[in-house]
Amino acid sequence: MNKVTCECGHENPYGTYLCESCGKPLQDEGRLANMRYEGVARRSQTYKRSPVDKVWNFFSSVKVGIWIIVLLLVTSSIGTLFPQEMYIPPGESPTEYYAAEYGLAGQLYYDLGFHNLYSSWWYMLLVAALGISLVIASLDRFVPLYRALKKQRVTRHTAFMKKQRLYGEKESGEVDIDQLKTALIKRRYKVREENGNLLAEKGRFARWGPYVNHVGLIIFLIGGMLRFFPGMYLDDYVWIRDGETEVISGTDGEYFVENNQFVVEFYDEEENDILQPALMRADAPVVSNFQTSASLYKRSSEGSIGSGTELEHVKDHEIIVNDPLTFEGISLYQTDYKMNELSSFTFGVETDAEGETEALEDVVFTVDLNDPQMFYEFDNGYQIEIIEYFPNFYVNDAGEPTTENRVPDNPRIIFELFPPEADPETDQGEISLIGIQVNEELNGENDHTIRMLDADMVNVTGLVIRRDHTLPIIMVGGAIFMVGLVQGSYWHHRRIWIQQKDGKLFVAGHANKNWHALKKDLEYLNDYSDLPEIKDQLEEDKAAETEEGGTSSHVRAQQ
Amino acid sequence: MFELSSNMLYVAFGLYLASTVFFAVSITGRKFKNRSGEEKNKSALLGYLSAILALCASIAYFVLRWIAVGYAPVSNMFEYTTALGIAMALAFVIIYPIYHNRYLGFVTMPIVMLIIAYASMFPGEAQPLIPALQTNWLFIHVITTAIGQGILAIGFAAGVLYLIRSIDFSKASKKVKAIEFIMFGLLATVAYIAIGTGFGAADYTAEFSYVNEFGDESTIEYYLPPIVGPNEGELISEQGFSPVVNLPDYLRSDDVNTLLWSFLGGIVLYGGLRAGFRKPVAGTIQPLVSRVNLQTVDEISYRAIAIGFPIFTLGGLIFAMIWAQIAWTRFWGWDPKEVWALITFLFYAAYLHLRLSRGWHGEKSAWLCVIGFALIMFNLIFVNLVIAGLHSYA
Repeated sequence: MNKVTCECGHENPYGTYLCESCGKPLQDEGRLANMRYEGVARRSQTYKRSPVDKVWNFFSSVKVGIWIIVLLLVTSSIGTLFPQEMYIPPGESPTEYYAAEYGLAGQLYYDLGFHNLYSSWWYMLLVAALGISLVIASLDRFVPLYRALKKQRVTRHTAFMKKQRLYGEKESGEVDIDQLKTALIKRRYKVREENGNLLAEKGRFARWGPYVNHVGLIIFLIGGMLRFFPGMYLDDYVWIRDGETEVISGTDGEYFVENNQFVVEFYDEEENDILQPALMRADAPVVSNFQTSASLYKRSSEGSIGSGTELEHVKDHEIIVNDPLTFEGISLYQTDYKMNELSSFTFGVETDAEGETEALEDVVFTVDLNDPQMFYEFDNGYQIEIIEYFPNFYVNDAGEPTTENRVPDNPRIIFELFPPEADPETDQGEISLIGIQVNEELNGENDHTIRMLDADMVNVTGLVIRRDHTLPIIMVGGAIFMVGLVQGSYWHHRRIWIQQKDGKLFVAGHANKNWHALKKDLEYLNDYSDLPEIKDQLEEDKAAETEEGGTSSHVRAQQ
Repeated sequence: MFELSSNMLYVAFGLYLASTVFFAVSITGRKFKNRSGEEKNKSALLGYLSAILALCASIAYFVLRWIAVGYAPVSNMFEYTTALGIAMALAFVIIYPIYHNRYLGFVTMPIVMLIIAYASMFPGEAQPLIPALQTNWLFIHVITTAIGQGILAIGFAAGVLYLIRSIDFSKASKKVKAIEFIMFGLLATVAYIAIGTGFGAADYTAEFSYVNEFGDESTIEYYLPPIVGPNEGELISEQGFSPVVNLPDYLRSDDVNTLLWSFLGGIVLYGGLRAGFRKPVAGTIQPLVSRVNLQTVDEISYRAIAIGFPIFTLGGLIFAMIWAQIAWTRFWGWDPKEVWALITFLFYAAYLHLRLSRGWHGEKSAWLCVIGFALIMFNLIFVNLVIAGLHSYA
């Protein structure tokens, strides 16, 4: 590629706008110099041949980057049109749900895969494209920009000065360069002097803001990607009844959590004067707190295998929403609950002799619905056996009684009762099926009836078990991103060049944004020394509008 | 305490109105001169002082309500929308001394009033906090977001100012239609507030029995006269009349009815202004702002976005993610509100890239500021009220 030689003798790479050494514009474009990236040549503009160049050039384009952002923005919005699959009511089949709920549009939404839009391959691809664009576009600009700003010279070509947006010149009277220098330093400019010329610069580090925040974003995206690697992410669920202890998955059976008690608390109308109107209007009581009093246990390392698990108490914690129990990177969150789950039934036995029922006081027994004892023997000779137990009874398609799961939501028990005179080994007992509001005799007329006397209930807490090893990376990425964003947004890079040449005084100014502040700085300098009148050459182009507000002093004078 | 807080909000509203009037006078009566012939127009200064007092009263409302209810008053539609209005006023009070642009006050103050008035259409009573909201993250996340959005809204105000000043209204064009659409939207909001407040003050209710979307008999209450009724609706209250048409069951007929009223009210206001001045509404305002320096307004809108964007990102995404990790077990869950915050973030990111790298200054940039604010409003109103999700608190 041809180098471009400036009149100052410096050889610039092809594609350079402003000579890297003296700043003379090498490509004549309009009235103002192209100061973007200091007019340096970027790789994407220099090399255009090989496939690698083509890919590089494609992703280095801000235009392409903006298109990726816009595509992400538009597709993301489509995903909120109807709920995503994870938010449809539990138990609903997505195949039917979308069509039933939203008609043809819903069916189409489902068929196009929009019900899982954010995990679709093409959405992932868009995010990946954004990541690649971030890396390439940043490198393409950062490297040459860094070099250009690092080695910028104080003395610039007159053409460079004249093509700055803020510019002024005059036939030189004497200016006191030292005084200007002091004034600029007072305003916290960094000033360099060379042959009676000045370059004052402030806030250069703001120029790195965009690159810093892009680095943060890339780290963030990498962190998000790591979730798909095994072991990085754990998402599980555990239901624990009051008083019970369960193993915590993902800990290799090392940790256990006990639910001492789960409670739900409600707002009290009487106590809260100020909330009264809202509470009266609400249809149902408003929950003020969900809370699990939990204890964490660790399996003792001393006990040898097979000798039973010895649990060592680690700590107690009241788990509430917004305050999970956390240990070794694992957190247990309060997310669900079930009040009044059946836990045990207590039964008694009645005899039906000659139309009169009489309760047998000695034959009373309790069945634990979560872990029933299968055989009961009484002092007066009665024996009762559980033949079959269905915790959550239903009749399946084949017409057979069975259970849906092990949760005692609809328990049914088949009992076989043996009076004292019967022998369980040889005789058949009286068989009956018992559940809530159900008591059927299964083998003809029985002499005895098993009656449910009492039912005990228990509360159950639902905890989410979560471990996310990607969090530290995500947090670092987010923090760097914010630092870069603030760095680039709340500071700005300003430069003032003051130059004396051939008996003339030239002043030029450039800011990467917030020209308003730079103009004020120049006004301030004017108080110290007699500078030429500085014009905003961009504003002159739109001369019609200068009547008000051009500079703050102008407006202030009117007030 | 609670009552005092509500009264402070009324005071603030009055002061915002005063500020609007002062800024309007500072523009239209700018040639006032005293006896010695000097220009003596102090209205802009008075406008700014009123804005400061209004902000103080607003903050008093906020603090008193916080003390009274015991949590940061940003937990429902009334509280959040009010906070957004206050945040916009705060941003204005900070930005005005830098640029001394009275036109910005002339545009910003009415928008602040409109936002606060709109907020008052939602129930303003204290509400019990659900467990997920009982944490300091409520105020950290929400107040930061509100301040960010308030500053971004200044970008919108400056953008609208730019457009009204620069568009050629002498001939019909797409631009004229677009800016008139914005004017219509603002006027329809005014109409909604006026109609809602009017019928609310008269305690208007009409009750219908109807068949809901599950095919069950139910009742529904209207607070505005029913132009459209619910599915198979029967009027059962004394007040009210039979609607012109009954809607199918999958539409929320009371909301559609309210929307229809706002639309009709908007048409009356807009049509009246348009017929009265025989000009596009924005074209009628244009002569008032003919002295606006476009360069300055463009810079104000850009700076507002540049300052507001990091704050919005911090509050609306970063703090939001931290809280979501603590309360909902995951920092990101593609909840509609989260997605729309991301969309807003992406949109302003695109704006900044277009501006910095593609040279989209002036008019293009102003249009983008308008669209960005529309996104913020969409996320506040539509996503909260229409799209069901974890953020549907109102």
